[in-house]
Amino acid sequence: MPRRTMIEAIRDAMDVSMARDERVIVYGEDVGFFGGVFRCTQGLQAKYGKNRCFDAPISESGIVGSAIGMAAYGLRPCVEVQFADYVYPAYDQIVSEAARLRYRSNNDFTCPIVVRMPTGGGIFGGQTHSQSPEALFTHVSGLKTVVPSNPHDAKGLLIAAIEDPDPVIFLEPKRLYNGPFDGHHDKPVTPWSKHALGEVADGHYTIPLGKAAIRRPGSAVTVLAYGTMVYVAEAAAAETGIDAEIIDLRTLLPLDLDAIVASVKKTGRCVVVHEATLTSGFGAELTALVQENCFYHLEAPVARVAGWDTPYPHAQEWDYFPGPARVGRALVETMEA
Amino acid sequence: MADAGMLRFHVPEPEVRPGGTPDFSNVTIPKAGSVPRPEIDVDPRTIRDMAFSIIRVLNRAGEAVGPWAGLLTDEELLEGLRHMMTLRTFDARMQMAQRQGKTSFYMQHLGEEAVSCAFRKALQPGDMNFPTYRQAGLLIADGYPMVKMMNQIYSNEADPLKGRQLPIMYSSKEHGFFSISGNLATQYIQAVGWAMASAISKDSRIAAAWIGDGSTAESDFHAALVFASTYKAPVVLNVVNNQWAISTFQGIARGGSGTFAARGLGFGIPSLRVDGNDYLAVHAVAKWAIERARRNLGPTLVEYVTYRVGAHSSSDDPSAYRPKAESDAWPLGDPIIRLKNHLIHKGVWSEQRHTQAEAEILETVIAAQKEAESHGTLHAGGKPSTRDMFEGVYAEMPPHLRRQRQQAGV
Repeated sequence: MPRRTMIEAIRDAMDVSMARDERVIVYGEDVGFFGGVFRCTQGLQAKYGKNRCFDAPISESGIVGSAIGMAAYGLRPCVEVQFADYVYPAYDQIVSEAARLRYRSNNDFTCPIVVRMPTGGGIFGGQTHSQSPEALFTHVSGLKTVVPSNPHDAKGLLIAAIEDPDPVIFLEPKRLYNGPFDGHHDKPVTPWSKHALGEVADGHYTIPLGKAAIRRPGSAVTVLAYGTMVYVAEAAAAETGIDAEIIDLRTLLPLDLDAIVASVKKTGRCVVVHEATLTSGFGAELTALVQENCFYHLEAPVARVAGWDTPYPHAQEWDYFPGPARVGRALVETMEA
Repeated sequence: MADAGMLRFHVPEPEVRPGGTPDFSNVTIPKAGSVPRPEIDVDPRTIRDMAFSIIRVLNRAGEAVGPWAGLLTDEELLEGLRHMMTLRTFDARMQMAQRQGKTSFYMQHLGEEAVSCAFRKALQPGDMNFPTYRQAGLLIADGYPMVKMMNQIYSNEADPLKGRQLPIMYSSKEHGFFSISGNLATQYIQAVGWAMASAISKDSRIAAAWIGDGSTAESDFHAALVFASTYKAPVVLNVVNNQWAISTFQGIARGGSGTFAARGLGFGIPSLRVDGNDYLAVHAVAKWAIERARRNLGPTLVEYVTYRVGAHSSSDDPSAYRPKAESDAWPLGDPIIRLKNHLIHKGVWSEQRHTQAEAEILETVIAAQKEAESHGTLHAGGKPSTRDMFEGVYAEMPPHLRRQRQQAGV
């Protein structure tokens, strides 16, 4: 089976979707001729023409707002916001318009758009190229929010997102674009070509939105993670020797609650991990759901490991990033509680 | 260098406030028929002055004059008059229904009826409007059933939107009327996106964007002009300048640009101003702009100069911020009276027939109202089910919503 980086897998998902359905349109800043600053759309304009893949003005509200109009017309735009940190000018269009169009018009108009954006830190991007704003989208009725953690999933989830009848926020952990980064920033990253999940089948396949995956089966403690934190958790489990069951949520909304509940009822312990800031983060929702659904199975308080409640710093990136040491400490404390 | 002194902060003020004498002497009104009608493929650079004039067809004597006249037959004009009268009567009845507690909120068009009624008649089936909350004439003039509008206003059991939207936030794809948001300006860039999609799809349908004077200050307005200009989108960019954004006079949004139409000039978009109370002028300019869009000549910006005679909404009281008699002093008159006088001047209408038509229209509107009220009003009679509240958030209900619906006991 061919090996692909996450960038290549994402590009392949758009390529496959554009070939299958001429309603699929791809655009964003630097997306056309150049192929995107992370090269996710490289070659698509040459292959499908400027009608299907083109450069947009630097206006996120314009990009998303026009995509909503295109979707109302009947196309299936898949647009790129260059960094998740830049999405805020489009937030009104996403929250007040895309998310509610089906509901407020009683299915008269719908909004099948995908808004792709690189998310997360670990690249010395400072406060404007490192944020993880997923909770700002999971809080909104009418949106679906997806965070893939590997090339195989990224392709299947993106095709599913493009084919979904509702708006999907597709957050791509940029630190994972070239390999399964586990938080050990001082060591080289294994390339996807040497990782099992770097195997990406040619052609069309989908991974349903709303289904989690167990990355590491275990019996001692459940770790709920997504994106980069899946590999950080794997490293923490290996380094502490704790038999953690690591669940990669893949889709935050709809959430695979059944998979979470089954695992926590089995292990009796739970650690929630994300890179985004702690307070009102998606971990708060996960923690609440775990206690609502698994309270009488819990042997220890549910722990959260997250980014500190500060803006994402530059020089102190690795003090901020919830790496394997912090996650490992939480695992040990949860086992000892 | 000479001392420039202290800096001064500038806040524009309207000419007159409550208690003062209305004064529109600063609004220059060109003579009807005096503004030329350029070819539709005109070089935009040669018609920049049109962004500062006002295209008018009907003169004070009730005659249609000049190069923009002569597009509509007597039958079409009589139909237009009926649409405007229907909208005004509809508004009066629904405003009253709101006061009677039959719904929570209403927004009327008083004085602005020509803009949406005439524009609709210049479109073709399949074209799409992205309206604000003050373009219900687009629906009336397209034959959308008044009963359905009222059902929506009452949020009753027959409401096509299942009680989910604030009154008057209609939606009808079938009638080329995009779902009204209630947030301002968002629809402007969406209209451009719809138009881009039509061009991408090699279609022949065009889009019409709508916005008020106040909301042109929103960034989505400027994004829309950038996208429309860059991609030469087949869209008509309408700005309805009714002088007032709730209590804020248009000078606060307009700033130093002179007119709202002038906003288009920097984008190379042909930008026209038209007498918004002149049914014939609105229709003629709409036709010109729509044809440009359909012939791949790109966007046109049209500013409709009109006046919001009524309150902003049923929750507003204009006497707190503008002179009570200001609407009487508005130099462009009333759109219904002007078209009526024109038709009388042409000999195809009379005061007597007008009075008779008023009575007929009132009867039709009341009949529609009775039918709508048989399906319930906001606080009485049939209403959408609680179960409906959970539907339509997504195409397929996700598990967490199914659980919440169970918790709600429906």
